[in-house]
Amino acid sequence: MEPFKTLTSLAAPLDRANVDTDQIIPKQFLKRIERSGYGEFLFFDWRNEPGFVLNDPRYAGSQILIADKNFGCGSSREHAAWALSDYGFRAVIAPTFADIFFSNAGKNGIVLVRLSEEQVTLLLDRAAKTPNYKLTINLEAQTVTDGLSGDEGFHATFEIDPFRKFCLIEGLDDIGLTLRHTAELDSYESKHDHANWLKPRPATASA
Amino acid sequence: MSDTPKTLFEKVWEQHIVAEPAGEPTLIYIDLHLIHEVTSPQAFEGLRLAGRKVRRPDRCVATVDHNVPTILADRFNIVDQIAAKQISTLRENCKEFGVELYDIGSREQGIVHVIGPELGITKPGMTIVCGDSHTSTHGAFGALAFGIGTSEVEHVLATQTLPQGKPKTFRIAVEGELPKGVTAKDIVLAIIGKIGTDGATGHVIEYAGSAIRSLSMEGRMTICNMSIEAGARAGMIAPDEITFEYLKGRRFAPKGEAWDKAVQEWSKLPTDPGAKFDRELIIDAATLVPYVSWGTSPGMVAPITAVVPNPAEAQSEADRRSFERALEYMDLKAGTLLEEIPVDRVFIGSCTNSRIEDLRAAAKIARGHKVSTHVSAMVVPGSMQVKEQAEAEGLDLVFKEAGFDWREPGCSMCLGMNPDILSPGERCASTSNRNFEGRQGRGGRTHLVSPEMAAAAAIAGHFVDVRTWSGLDEADEIQMSSTEAVN
Ligand code: SF4
Repeated sequence: MEPFKTLTSLAAPLDRANVDTDQIIPKQFLKRIERSGYGEFLFFDWRNEPGFVLNDPRYAGSQILIADKNFGCGSSREHAAWALSDYGFRAVIAPTFADIFFSNAGKNGIVLVRLSEEQVTLLLDRAAKTPNYKLTINLEAQTVTDGLSGDEGFHATFEIDPFRKFCLIEGLDDIGLTLRHTAELDSYESKHDHANWLKPRPATASA
Repeated sequence: MSDTPKTLFEKVWEQHIVAEPAGEPTLIYIDLHLIHEVTSPQAFEGLRLAGRKVRRPDRCVATVDHNVPTILADRFNIVDQIAAKQISTLRENCKEFGVELYDIGSREQGIVHVIGPELGITKPGMTIVCGDSHTSTHGAFGALAFGIGTSEVEHVLATQTLPQGKPKTFRIAVEGELPKGVTAKDIVLAIIGKIGTDGATGHVIEYAGSAIRSLSMEGRMTICNMSIEAGARAGMIAPDEITFEYLKGRRFAPKGEAWDKAVQEWSKLPTDPGAKFDRELIIDAATLVPYVSWGTSPGMVAPITAVVPNPAEAQSEADRRSFERALEYMDLKAGTLLEEIPVDRVFIGSCTNSRIEDLRAAAKIARGHKVSTHVSAMVVPGSMQVKEQAEAEGLDLVFKEAGFDWREPGCSMCLGMNPDILSPGERCASTSNRNFEGRQGRGGRTHLVSPEMAAAAAIAGHFVDVRTWSGLDEADEIQMSSTEAVN
């Protein structure tokens, strides 16, 4: 997982609530055996709509998605997180996220930023109206800012679980995290391997 | 003893703690990782992309079950190209990473939760995971066994561990003698009906009590299997003489001195007297009857003697709405006697009820009868070994003579990822575990029952109270003839 410290990027406004995982990645793509390559199918049905935000060249290359409440609701498919990340999104800003999506996003290095409904409404509006509107997410400081100065400027702080924050900043996926404990694992395993009665197929077994 | 009394779960949990970093989930060691074709491809690809290896191939076992056709001629020439690709991908991954695969055509192939126990791979005190929610089955041996997602599959492949929050414990005791015609399946359906499909969320259930103790390993597996339908993280049953008797002599069970040592260790696992559970529930076995599910969730069950419930009598407004939706989907009217509901299809199989004992029980009902002319019925053994054993006992002939289809092993119509599916509107008496909308095929209607109840429904053409079936008491000698290991 790529470490996430600060990110400055164009922000794409997806002004919809209850964006479900069926919309993020429809079921016909779940039969694929790969984990990568889902980006081209992200929001597959919506991308047939000419006015859809990701079809607008102004937002090409944006790594931040702004959406309305309850983003990621629906099924548990991890493919939703895979599709967002493969497309290039590294963060989603919304008032609320569905539970399972929240966990899947974390496992895939996507930062989910919860702001108030008013703040999100303001950001959706600015991203829609201001050409080349960029946001900076500073995960260490837990802030979201735009480049504008003074009273004009947007500045918000957000909450995040300290352990999750640590994982995202270090770029540690769960495997990376576990590998910090390799020494403990090695020593546990060398003892545990003597417990022959807990071996799936003990070497002594006759075939 | 100065030690605090511990539950079975706590003992297994504590023996598998690799690290307990402050402010983080506990890192748990995994003894056995079972793998199948559907939830593993992305996990293996993840390893490849990160340049990682499988840490302990010797602690992994793979098989193909979800996608495989159950008609012999179709198994080596799979028409569904996406299914074929998933299977060949598993083949390649197992080869590349050095994982043992029990492939189509091997004597060990079968539903992942059937082959683990029958080969003696599943053992008491183990931690077991699989990218499949019914991994809870293996808890019948006193193992801590639970289902995981694809990222977690990759995590276990790479590290042989999982970070886990510690679940709570829930003791469900079923006390007393089980009435004739009432099976393990009925016990678990009754429990789910009672506590609801989220009744055990966040908990590991330990099933206890004299009715559980008297069950065979097959029956115990049926119960632990459906723990997930009650929302539980896992289900467990303490190992005892019945467990050891089942395991002894199986292919990967310890032998000789190692066996004695193993039994000694496993005998330390049962819950200590006085150990505390977060929740407890006691059920009187004498009150249990055969159950049938009438709706689209495993919690929607009723005694076979009952009628389809009236949504107006539901406990809450939300329940009323979901009852109404379920009845509409199931095309049932409140007040209809369950015994009067006709069936079109019967499916005897799945990781819940496809073991040798399940087939014996169904054959006992079917013997000397004919499947109703308007019913199409199939029996899908859980594994090649179950199939061989059943054929050695002549059960296949009993089924075939009665007009059942006798198939090759796999998940089959439990979830219809292979060609075995219900057509829209078809009604099925099924020994599987989920009656969700469309689970067995789009528009299909599933009623969950025991193998005995399924066989009786096939013959009668509608549900019947198996307690009234003539011949239920006969032929116990057929049942008793082989309790020895399958191989
Ligand atoms: S038999 Fe059904 S529930 Fe069991 S593993 Fe196969 S698909 Fe899942």
